[in-house]
Amino acid sequence: MASHLGGLSGAPVVRVESLVRRFGPRTILDGLSLDIERGEFVALLGRSGSGKSTLLRARADLDDKVSGSGRLETPDKKSVVFQDARLLPWKRVLENVVFGLDLPEAAERGRVALEEVGLSGRENAWPVELSGGEQQRVALARSLVRDPELLLADEPFGALDALTRLRMHDLLRQLCARHQPAVLLVTHDVDEAVTLADRVLVLDNGGIAADIAIDIPTPRDHGDRRFGEIRSQLLRHLGVETKPVLPV
Amino acid sequence: MNAFSNTAAVAPNIPYATDERALISPAAEPRETGTRRLALGRTIPFGALIGPALLLVIWSIGSIAGLIDPRTLPAPWSVVGTAIDLIAEGKLQHHLMTSAWRAAQGLVFGVLIGTILALISGLSRLGEAIIDGPVQIKRAIPTLALIPLLMLWFGIGEGMKVTTIALAVLIPIYIQTHSSLRSIDSRYVELAQTLRMGYGEFIRQVILPGALPGFFLGLRFAVTYAWLSLVVVEQVNATSGIGYMIDLARNYGQTDIIIVGLVVYALLGLASDGIVRFFQERSLSWRRTLAD
Ligand SMILES: Nc1ncnc2c1ncn2[C@@H]1O[C@H](COP(=O)(O)OP(=O)(O)OP(=O)(O)O)[C@@H](O)[C@H]1O
Ligand SMILES: [Mg+2]
Repeated sequence: MASHLGGLSGAPVVRVESLVRRFGPRTILDGLSLDIERGEFVALLGRSGSGKSTLLRARADLDDKVSGSGRLETPDKKSVVFQDARLLPWKRVLENVVFGLDLPEAAERGRVALEEVGLSGRENAWPVELSGGEQQRVALARSLVRDPELLLADEPFGALDALTRLRMHDLLRQLCARHQPAVLLVTHDVDEAVTLADRVLVLDNGGIAADIAIDIPTPRDHGDRRFGEIRSQLLRHLGVETKPVLPV
Repeated sequence: MNAFSNTAAVAPNIPYATDERALISPAAEPRETGTRRLALGRTIPFGALIGPALLLVIWSIGSIAGLIDPRTLPAPWSVVGTAIDLIAEGKLQHHLMTSAWRAAQGLVFGVLIGTILALISGLSRLGEAIIDGPVQIKRAIPTLALIPLLMLWFGIGEGMKVTTIALAVLIPIYIQTHSSLRSIDSRYVELAQTLRMGYGEFIRQVILPGALPGFFLGLRFAVTYAWLSLVVVEQVNATSGIGYMIDLARNYGQTDIIIVGLVVYALLGLASDGIVRFFQERSLSWRRTLAD
């Protein structure tokens, strides 16, 4: 993951400047600025209610009814993975993957995407016939089949069990290495953020409270000393005190 | 007729209550005394036929024993005989065709108009403002109460009959389709938006399939309403049709013909509900898998 940090430079794909979002009298995002480079994997941490989803929705153009201001540049080619898989129950798996994809070779690309997430052979299943993890993999395939420049994900693995979540991390890492989208991953899970991201942001009080580059080579080991340091640093920013990491 | 037993129709297929028991070895048997099964248990094959068959038996025995006056209720076999005679004379088919044709026309017009109104009012605020009120008012007036007015407007011919049926049919189609349209999960709307889907495509791929369950539920009501209105309009004023046949038989005290007419109505109702259910299950197979 860290490998594609250096080589790819140029204009950032995402540029957010003094973004303000309000719900009634409450200002949730207060002059927030943020750039994401091409192909960069950014994880966004923050307390519940800190405005993570609000920020992500602003970038997915899903907040036309929300009052606010600011400059927002995002690529046209972006896709969103939601916390729920959000598959249309009346469409079979393959139709869900290529849903809204208006290309002659859509079906073929859909099959390839399903194969990438390890679901070939299930093209004709109904969504209700899949397990939660499989559904989320279909959602991932649906996002990737569009070759997005930006992948927005709001706690995509939040509803999955710990084991499935670890598998999904591996899968996401592989897929991102191959397709090289810029990623903004909203998560509650500090370990998930540190495992996957090139850069971890902490959102607090309407702004970016911390911006930490993860300089651990991939694949990353949770037991690694540097991993532990970054974890406690992030937890401090999130207002959780941890015991100092004991030197091994 | 229970046009609404959507789930009841599929639920008995769930075999858990009994099949699980078969897997338990005899040693584990005592466990059963402690746990009381709350489910209904295994379904009875052709269970739906037992009740009607029992009625038929009682009817036959009553007729043989002379407990039932044939002028009140003729014996089953004499009803069958009358039906055979009517078919041989070609009368039954003729009346049946007339009735079925009326119901079909009313149904088609009613379903078309109801669906179109539901779409317009479901997909736009302006459409809803214009259409929903009048439909709710129409809904509050029983269709059959409109017959005198419709007779003045359309005369006593086929136009009046088809209009009455169509008016009755349109309401459930509208109500169910509209509410189903409006209750489509906003998360799917969001999804379509993030996939930059066009409006036409969005309607075709999300709105219409999402409204289909409501449409079919409405259709099952609609079919029932169509037969119901048919019965009434045919007895108000007609020169052919099953209702006319029944009305004529009443004048001559021919109870057997009345019974034949009623049986035909029952068969028509059951058959049409069966047809709708067949299409419903086929088009909503993505949902049926849940119940299986
Ligand atoms: N549609 C809305 N109307 C009013 N207030 C809202 C709305 N959406 C979000 N908020 C408020 O904005 C704040 C930020 O919400 P947001 O969903 O962005 O939080 P979050 O960081 O994603 O939290 P979580 O981790 O729990 O998902 C919350 O206090 C929430 O109550
Ligand atoms: Mg959130």
